[in-house]
Amino acid sequence: MNLIERVIAISRRRSPWICRLNAGSCNGCDIEITPLLSPRYDAEQLGVELHGTPKHADIVLISGTLTLRSREAILDIYAQVPNPKAVVALGSCPASGNVFAGSPLVLSESLDSVVPVDVWVPGCPPRPQAILDGIARAAKLLEDGATKSQLESRRGRLS
Amino acid sequence: MNAVWSSLGSYLLAFAVWPGLLLAAPLGWLELWFMRKLVARLQGRQGPPFFQPFFDFMKLLGKETVIPRGVNRGIFLALPVVSVAAVTAALAIVPLPGNPAPSLPGDVVLLLYLMEVPILCEVLAGYVSRSIYGQVAAMREALLSLAYNLPFLVAIIAMAQEAGSFQMSTLQAAPYGLVHLLAAVTFLLALPARMKLNPFSIANAEHEIVADSHIEYSGPPLALFKLSHAVELVLLTELFAVVFIPATPWPLVNLLVYLAAGVAVLGGVTLLATATARLRLTQAFRFYWVWGGLASAVTLAATLVR
Repeated sequence: MNLIERVIAISRRRSPWICRLNAGSCNGCDIEITPLLSPRYDAEQLGVELHGTPKHADIVLISGTLTLRSREAILDIYAQVPNPKAVVALGSCPASGNVFAGSPLVLSESLDSVVPVDVWVPGCPPRPQAILDGIARAAKLLEDGATKSQLESRRGRLS
Repeated sequence: MNAVWSSLGSYLLAFAVWPGLLLAAPLGWLELWFMRKLVARLQGRQGPPFFQPFFDFMKLLGKETVIPRGVNRGIFLALPVVSVAAVTAALAIVPLPGNPAPSLPGDVVLLLYLMEVPILCEVLAGYVSRSIYGQVAAMREALLSLAYNLPFLVAIIAMAQEAGSFQMSTLQAAPYGLVHLLAAVTFLLALPARMKLNPFSIANAEHEIVADSHIEYSGPPLALFKLSHAVELVLLTELFAVVFIPATPWPLVNLLVYLAAGVAVLGGVTLLATATARLRLTQAFRFYWVWGGLASAVTLAATLVR
């Protein structure tokens, strides 16, 4: 690994730009993201910036129960995020469907079967510091080249 | 022949090293960090680490470039390069102490032209991207530039009228007078909109139209647009310092005074940005054509009265 690659790898950890994706959430997890940018938790200290467009993002925060209609949107937005990228699943819903599991309009699968998830942040809703920890861990994975999409593309290049 | 080569060499040196890319980029990142840190401290936050703008730039260099379907690849990729090149060439004209480029008669006109190029690139970037948000941002940027360019251009042209020359070095050396003060105020009126800061952050209103006109850009082209913005900050603040701050006979003192003045101007503009909310396009337009127009008229009148 030469010097420039090393600097870029460090920059990936120091500058994780996030993009929110509500896949059918009750809004509880999304409300817990806003305090991250407020004086109390101040995620900008870690270089976190909230961006509205997936084209500028490194980390996608996906919250909410997956519904039949949101599956396509998740795939579409995930595909728009430029590599290398990481996915953080917020709350219990993306993992299990939580209290909505079994409902006829809810996709009864984990988010992992739609897009590769790197960090799970459990809770209903998770506390802001837990979300911040999830972002920091995803940023570390980006530095190490160990997110699932990075591993996937490396495997593709080798074969 | 030799003279041609040596002057070409000094232009290249001015473009690439000082006050060009090699030293302006770190200076621009420093100014960006200063603004972000000041906003954070005013809001009671800790703010970003010192190297944050550098990390942002390097990270974007290491990312993939996604080109939307149906977009002209050549224009899409050329716009950020043209933007950075134009803004750096404009900075190379500014007679900062130690600038190796020889002074040309009429370089003020060239400077003003080159300073419009990044704005044109932003407008084109919005229209080229085929994103509806990008197009709204481009439209807003184009209309706003019609508003803030009135006081901006008048401030510089009034100084040229006062100095009796369209040469940067003559403007810099012009004896200090009332016109300096009036033109400085007129220039400062235009500055927040030129820097895309509140209350004139209309073209990059992330709450209304998701992002600015670079909404479809990603990876290295986005990094170049960010770099262009950083160099533009240096250009605007140092242009203010060179034209409106009285020069001393000592170049090193001048340099320190110019840098300090640049940081002071940035601090003032950031204070204004933190304390205000975003205006609507019509309000900003009216502000610039009424108050900016009034300031312009007074400044021009002062150049005629001796």
